[in-house]
Amino acid sequence: MADEWKPQILGIICNWCSYAGADLAGSARTQYPPDIRIVRIMCTGRVDPLFILKAFTDGADGVLVSGCHFGDCHYLAGNFKGAKRMFMVKSLLKNIGLEDKRLRMTFVSASEGAKWAKVVEDVVNTVHALGPNPLKELAP
Amino acid sequence: MAEKKMKKETASKKKEAKTEKTKAAPAAKSALAPMTDAKNARVGVFICHCGTNIAGSVDIKAVEEYARSLPGVAFAANYQYVCSTPGQKIITDAINEHNLTGTVVAACSPRLHEPTFRMATKMGGLNPFRFEMANIREQGAWVHMHDREGATEKAKDAIRIAVAKASLLQDLIPKSVPVEKAAMVVGAGIAGMQAALDLANAGIKTYLIEKSPTIGGRMSQLDKTFPTLDCSQCILTPKMVDVGRAENIELMTYTEVESVEGYIGNFDVTLRRKPRGVLTPAEAEARGLVGGGCNGCGDCEPVCPVIKPNLFEMGMKPRKAIYIYHPQVVPLIYTVDFDSCIKCGLCVTACGEKKAIDLEAKDEFVKVKVGTAILALGYDMFPIEKKEEWGYQKYENVVNSLEFERLICASGPTGGHMVRPSDGVTPKKVAFLLCAGSRDNTGVGKPYCSRFCCMYSLKHAHQLIEKIPGVQPYIFYMDIRSFGKMYEEFYYRIQDEGARFIRGRVANILEDPDTKNLIIMADDTLLDRPMKLEVDMVVLAAAVQPSSDTDRTRKLFGVSCSLDGWLLEAHPKLNPCGTTTAGVYIAGVCQGPKDIPDTVSSAEGAASAASIPIHMGEVELEPYFAQCIEEKCAGCGMCVNLCPYQALALVEKDGRKVMEVTEAKCKGCGTCGGFCPGGAIWMQHFATPQIIAQIDAFLLGGAK
Repeated sequence: MADEWKPQILGIICNWCSYAGADLAGSARTQYPPDIRIVRIMCTGRVDPLFILKAFTDGADGVLVSGCHFGDCHYLAGNFKGAKRMFMVKSLLKNIGLEDKRLRMTFVSASEGAKWAKVVEDVVNTVHALGPNPLKELAP
Repeated sequence: MAEKKMKKETASKKKEAKTEKTKAAPAAKSALAPMTDAKNARVGVFICHCGTNIAGSVDIKAVEEYARSLPGVAFAANYQYVCSTPGQKIITDAINEHNLTGTVVAACSPRLHEPTFRMATKMGGLNPFRFEMANIREQGAWVHMHDREGATEKAKDAIRIAVAKASLLQDLIPKSVPVEKAAMVVGAGIAGMQAALDLANAGIKTYLIEKSPTIGGRMSQLDKTFPTLDCSQCILTPKMVDVGRAENIELMTYTEVESVEGYIGNFDVTLRRKPRGVLTPAEAEARGLVGGGCNGCGDCEPVCPVIKPNLFEMGMKPRKAIYIYHPQVVPLIYTVDFDSCIKCGLCVTACGEKKAIDLEAKDEFVKVKVGTAILALGYDMFPIEKKEEWGYQKYENVVNSLEFERLICASGPTGGHMVRPSDGVTPKKVAFLLCAGSRDNTGVGKPYCSRFCCMYSLKHAHQLIEKIPGVQPYIFYMDIRSFGKMYEEFYYRIQDEGARFIRGRVANILEDPDTKNLIIMADDTLLDRPMKLEVDMVVLAAAVQPSSDTDRTRKLFGVSCSLDGWLLEAHPKLNPCGTTTAGVYIAGVCQGPKDIPDTVSSAEGAASAASIPIHMGEVELEPYFAQCIEEKCAGCGMCVNLCPYQALALVEKDGRKVMEVTEAKCKGCGTCGGFCPGGAIWMQHFATPQIIAQIDAFLLGGAK
């Protein structure tokens, strides 16, 4: 049974770096696990903590937020402001008893296709080790 | 004439109508009830096979049936190539036949075909922003090629997520902004000069910015160019003179870009003019010294007591603290090196009545406004001393290829007499090491091919044979990459002229301490045996790397770079001169190693691309602006501080403070919307209800 479980992972990624990096992984045909679904935004600065909390209450097993490297943001420092919020969300998750490892923020540039594949693989492995989101059991 | 005027009038009226609509949008938006919208949504889903690119890994039929079952979907179809003309017709027809409110195309990346399908949606009579793309190729079929089930499930989810967003999309109208009729080119090597000349000849005012005291760049340091053996200076200096004379070019040497604000059409660039300490005739006149200013006579130079290495000559020739690099500099104006100047004032006396020298000069900041910009930042030599086994900077007779160019150049430090550095003796045996630091996977050098080293090393061998009777060049190579027009023929010619080619990398170089000769240990891989060779001199064809200020400058313009630091083009094949920042283009080696013909082509391409928005007169900005939902806004002002573009401000309305957006300044990052504690910021096209609907569709909407 446990082997059949496929984690649901939400990726919220920025248009300019990580989305382009994920596209590059595609054109290079770099293979990675298919357990992630992508919502594209213009900048990780757009990531409202609400999005992440909503994803977890909806039963997401993991959330990946990925943007540009610091200093490389298309909007100067949106990734920096987004990243600061992630610390807050992580501590919030801990407070409600959810493993903060389920949320991850990474920095993947438009030329880092191979890194994107690695990041997804790593996130999938992390979530696999943690098991299903316990909030799912609470859902009606 | 009259007809034209009429047309213009109707056009401007149309524009007025457009702006009225945009202005009306925020008010309409406050009353927006997304969920009602979703109930009434009629979305069309179009699934692309992309030949076998997608269909090879995704069960298209199953995906189509699934799409048809989704709430809000009124129509679903699949087609071989949705981007083709018949494919797009399916979209336009379906919008009319099924009265669609939104479209979803499940195909490649929106970064590739979003504009295409937006246009198709528009042709069908819908607002183009009622389109959403599901990426099932780059982030689906291509990355799960051997997992048909996984890729199919992922495609279904991607479509469900896209449909959820498409159900909530609003009509948006892009904002048209005027384009400043001026351009900027940063870097005045051959790429920057060519780009600036093209722009200027197209009638565009062009600011040409160069950090060093003269234009010309790396090409002016070269002696001959391959394969034609043209003298580099002979073909370059006429262009340098043209640049100096062109009416439309405002040349600013010894100047760096300090900051960049704005967006395509309206870049506000602050330039820092480094203190040159010498006035041009125009500057002198501005100070009331008619007939004064530097005329390049050079009287100041002999009296200067400070001696420094001349970097143009790769440090092999001295210069004074007041200097020019070489006699052909443009502009012919001396420069004071304030890092080494002792302010003795002897040069001021020598200059006399011209009063051109001002030893108290300070940084000056100049602001200019341009519509588009081209980065032509060039390259530096890789510090080949890092490859310690070849003894560069340890052994006197090991030089890099740019030093060799200066040594063999008639205007170089030796006046063109080819001698080796240790004793000034003409070398009889010279070894050239190709791929020195290039194609190097040890982590010390660069993994890429620097592209032009093979060819210039062949040229070096030819120059030696031409100049020194009885000389024997040895070329140690991995592969000879003679890829260009007449290049392979040039390679044969050098073989016939007697250069010896040894396929193998050099493992180690030792110096004979008495003779300063060099002993090369290498592996001759064609004969499959180790070899030892004593030569008089070694030339390392060192790798090239992005110039030292590339990283700083690209960040000012918001341009990304590849893993190796070269600037990243918008598309490697189809948009090699564009970048992801609209209105900023790249030319020459800063995009990746190029020889001179390729550099000039890329510069002409960049100039043409940069002139298009200027000639169009206005450009459309994507309407992803922030909007304030005033009844929710508490006037806390957090967003105002977060905005990187000063696009937001607090204003008094009905006796309380609310946020107001200046649309022209907003670039749509959404950093304000991600933070607003009251949810009072509506990010057009990336609104919170739209994103939440996507998240819900993914996690709750699927049949599990």
